[in-house]
Amino acid sequence: MTRHTDDEDANEANGANEMDGDDRDEGEPAATPGVPEAGRDEQPSIFVPDDGAVEGADSDLAADPTADRAATDGGVESATGGSDSTDLDPDAYDPVDVFPGGDLDLRDGADSCYKCTSCDTSCPVAEVDEEFPGPKFQGPEQWRLKRKDDHDIDESITSCSNCMRCDDACPSSVPLSQMHNEARGQFVEEQMEKLSREYVRNRILSNYRFFASIASKVPRLANAATKIPGAMKLGEKVLGIAGDREFPDFATQTFREWWKARGGAQVENPDKRVAYFHGCYSNYNTPEVGKAMVRVYEHFGYEVMVPPQKCSGTPMFANGMLKDARRHAETNVENLVEAIGEGADVIASCTSCSLSLRQEYPELFDIHGIEDVSEHTYEALEYLRINEDLEGELAGTELADEQAFAYHAPCHARNQGLSRQAVETFRDVGGVQMEDVGDSCSGISGTYGWKEEKYEKSMEIGAEMFDHMEDAEGEVGMTECPTCAMQMEHGTGYEVEHPLQLLEETVGA
Amino acid sequence: MAIDSDVLVVGGGMAAITAAIAAAREGADVRLVSHKASTLRQASGLIDALGYVPATEPAKPLREGPPTAGRELDRDEWPDPEGPLADPFEAVDRLPESHPYRTVGADALREGLDLFDDLAGDAYRGSHTDNNALLPTFGGSVKPTARYPAAAEAGLASDDRPALIVGFRSLTEYDARAFAGRLEAAGVPFDVAGAEVEFAEAFRADTKVTRIAKALDHDEAIDGVPAREALAKAVAPHLHDAVDEAGGVERVERVGFPAFLGDDRGDAVRAELADRLGADVFEIPMGPPSLPGLRLEDRLYDALDDEGVRFETGNPVVGVETEADGAVETVAVDRKGRETPYGADAFVLATGGLVGKGLDSDREGVSEPVFGLHVEQPADRYEWFVDDAFGDQPYARFGVRIGEDGRALDADGDAAYENVFAAGGIVGGADAAREKSASGVSLATGIVAGRQAATEATK
Repeated sequence: MTRHTDDEDANEANGANEMDGDDRDEGEPAATPGVPEAGRDEQPSIFVPDDGAVEGADSDLAADPTADRAATDGGVESATGGSDSTDLDPDAYDPVDVFPGGDLDLRDGADSCYKCTSCDTSCPVAEVDEEFPGPKFQGPEQWRLKRKDDHDIDESITSCSNCMRCDDACPSSVPLSQMHNEARGQFVEEQMEKLSREYVRNRILSNYRFFASIASKVPRLANAATKIPGAMKLGEKVLGIAGDREFPDFATQTFREWWKARGGAQVENPDKRVAYFHGCYSNYNTPEVGKAMVRVYEHFGYEVMVPPQKCSGTPMFANGMLKDARRHAETNVENLVEAIGEGADVIASCTSCSLSLRQEYPELFDIHGIEDVSEHTYEALEYLRINEDLEGELAGTELADEQAFAYHAPCHARNQGLSRQAVETFRDVGGVQMEDVGDSCSGISGTYGWKEEKYEKSMEIGAEMFDHMEDAEGEVGMTECPTCAMQMEHGTGYEVEHPLQLLEETVGA
Repeated sequence: MAIDSDVLVVGGGMAAITAAIAAAREGADVRLVSHKASTLRQASGLIDALGYVPATEPAKPLREGPPTAGRELDRDEWPDPEGPLADPFEAVDRLPESHPYRTVGADALREGLDLFDDLAGDAYRGSHTDNNALLPTFGGSVKPTARYPAAAEAGLASDDRPALIVGFRSLTEYDARAFAGRLEAAGVPFDVAGAEVEFAEAFRADTKVTRIAKALDHDEAIDGVPAREALAKAVAPHLHDAVDEAGGVERVERVGFPAFLGDDRGDAVRAELADRLGADVFEIPMGPPSLPGLRLEDRLYDALDDEGVRFETGNPVVGVETEADGAVETVAVDRKGRETPYGADAFVLATGGLVGKGLDSDREGVSEPVFGLHVEQPADRYEWFVDDAFGDQPYARFGVRIGEDGRALDADGDAAYENVFAAGGIVGGADAAREKSASGVSLATGIVAGRQAATEATK
C-alpha cells in the first residue's frame, strides 16, 4: 500500500497560506476519483452564521411568498409553511430548511432539556470557576435567548473547555456540546476582535499542527528553544500562553517519517484493513504511540494504511475556530472516505480525535461522506476488543517486569463508552496493576490549560486527579489522551504511557 | 464478534448496580452498560423502602366519562394515603397484588437493604431497625425513609433538640425561613428557626453547588478567610435564633445546611463546622443537582469495581440483535452510529421508568424499547390518567411485569424470554413517587433479578 505512504508533510511548512485560505497543496488534484463531489449535503458548513449569500438564496427569498411574513416563533420560520400547509411531512423538518443559509436546528435538543442540572454538576469548570454559568446556560438556555436577533452570545462561552462531560451526564440526550460548539463558533466569528491577543493566541493554540509541522523540521532546535530560560515566560507575556507549562518535546523522527522509512505496511490483507488516524501528537511528539499501534495491529494480521490527514479539529472546536476545523475536515474526510472505500475502518489512538471524527464532524459539518467516516471510526483498543479475542490473547500473558499504572480516563473517552477499557483489558495480564484514578477531569482539556488566564483553574480541576495518582500504587501514568498525559506529567512528574504501548509490550508485537 | 459476559445488565441506577453486584456475588462474570452517567446524581441520596400506602380506590366513585386533563371539572376525590408508615415491611401485604413487593416478597426487600448496608458501610445509617426514619427534606416536608446518609443523621425529625436551618440568598430555590416554618407547621417535636446568612454571596448568584462544595472541601479562602471558618462565622450570630414555647431564647444544638458541605471531604467539613459552632451539623437532602446523590454514585461505582463488574457508560443498548429458542443471544449497542453486538447468557433490564426513559411513549402507546417487552396499558389514552393530580394515576404504575424470579413476562403472564430479567423503575405496579418506594423496589427487584440471572447464566 505504498500510495498511503504518500506524505503531504513535504509540502507542509512551506505554505504561509496554511492558516488562511485553502491549504490544498499545489499539484494535488482537487478531488480524488471515486469521491462524489456534489450532493444534497454539499452545503456551506452548517455551523457558520450566514455571512454571505448561499448560492441561490437571494432568488429563493424573493420568490418565496412567505419570506416577509412575520415570524411567529422567535424568528424561526416554519419548515412547512405553517398552518397553510396541508401535508405535515416530518421529513420536511430538515435543519437546512428551517434556517436558510445553513444554521443548525437545535430546537429538539433545547426542548428535550428538563432542567435537571445534571450537566452543571458534571462540569469541571463550574466546579472551580463560579463566573462560568455552566453547560445548561451555554446550551439550551443560550440557544433560546439568541433566537431573537439582537442577542449576542455571552462571552462566558469561551470559558467552556469542551470536555463534553455534559453530553454524557444528560439523561435526556440534549446535544449540549453541539450547542456549545455552535455558540462558540458564532461568538468567535461575529463578536471576537480578530486583532486581539486572545484571538491570536487561540488561533495559534488551535493550529498546533501548523506550528508542530514547522518545529518538526528542526526538532532539536525547537526543543532547545522552549527550554531557554524565560522563553515560556515571554510566551506568557506576549501571547498569554501559560508560562508554567513545559512545552512538549518534538520527536526527532515523526511517525510519518518512520512509516515511510520502514516502507509502509508490512502486512497486506484485503480482508482486514484499517486506516490509522494518528492525529498531530503521535506524529510530531509521541511517534512511539503510533509505532505501537502499527505493530499491535500488524500482530493481529491487519493491513495498516496511513492516509494523508490533518488535524482532527479538536483544539479548533474548543476555540471556536470552526472555519479552520472545516478546512482540515475536508482533507480528512476525503482521504478517509477513500480508505473506507478500500475496505478499511478508521482507527484513532487519541480519544479526542476519535470523538471528533465520530461525533463533532457529523454534528457540525455537511461534507460528503462525513457520516461514513463517523460510522467507520473507532478508538484503537476499542476496535480490537470488538473484533479480536483480546481477552483470549491476553489470558495467561505476563509482563516481564511487574509494573503498576495510575490510569486516568480522558473525558472524551467517557463519551464513547471507553472510560474503563484500559483497566478491564489489562486486568488479566500478569504483572500489570492498573488502577483507575477516578472520574475527575485532568483539567487541561486540550488548549484550555495552556491559556494563561485559565492555568490556575486547570490545575485546580486537576488537583483531584493528582492526589489520586499520588495515592495509587503505580508511579507510571497511563491515558489515551496526549494533553491529559501532559497534565498528568506536569502535576506529578510521572512518566505517562499510552495503553497501546503496554499492549505492544504484552503481546510481544 | 460479540463482546461477551455471563450476565449483561442494561442500566446504571440503583437497580442496575444492585443486580450487577448480586449476580457477581453468585460467581457470574458481569458487565453493566449504561447509556448515560448514572441518574443517581439526581437522587436525594435517601434510600426509601415504603413510606405510604396510597389509596387505589377514590373516596367517591370516579365520575363518568374521560378524564379532563386537570381542568376544574368535577374532580375525583381520593383519600389521603396511609402513612407515614412506621414499619415498611408489615405494610407490604396491603399493597395491590400487582405491586413488585408482592411479587418478589418482603424478604427480597430485606435482602436488598442488607446488600445496600454492606455496600454503603459507615456512610449510611438506619440499618439498626426495620422502622422508617423521618427526615426533613429540601421542600420543608418530613419524609419516611429506610436509610439515610450519615451526613443527615443529626437532622432526624424525631430528635427533640432545637435546630437552626441555614439558608443563603444566592441559593434561590431554598428559603430557610419558609423551610423552618413548614417544619413547625408539620408539628416536629423541636424548636426550629431559619436564618439566611451571608456566605454564598461571596460567589456569584447561580454558582453551582459543586463549586461551593469544592471550596469547602479544599477550605479555599473566601475574601481572605478559609471557607469553613467563613461559613461558621456567618452562622454563629444565629445560634440563639430559636425560641422555645415560653418565648425564651435557647441555643440550638444542631444546625442544618443545604447538602453542599463538601464532596470528597464532607466528613471533615462537617466535623470542623460542628467544632466551630459547638453544635451538631447536618445536611438536608436536596433535589437535583444533588451532592448526596453524587456521593452515593461514587461509592456504588467503586463497589462495582471492587466486585469485578465491568461497566461502561456513553452508549445505549438499542435492541435485540439475535435470539434463539426463546432466549436472547445478543443485544445491539449503538457506539456512535455503529451497532456492536453484546452477548450474554442472561440479561437484566434496569433502564428506569417513564422519567428514567426506560419506557418510551407517544400518542399511540407506551413501549419498552430495548427488548420490546410487553407494557400493560389501557388502549384508550384517556384512561392513562385520572383527573386528580394526586390520585392513583394509572401511568405511574406502567411498566414491565415480572414473575417472582424476576423474569420479564409477556401479555399472557409467561416468561417473555427464558433469560431476560427486569428490575427497578422499569418494573410496573408500583407508584414509587406516592409510596416513597423507589429505592426499595430497585433493591428488592435488583437482588432477585441479579441472582436469578446469575443462576440462569451459570446453569
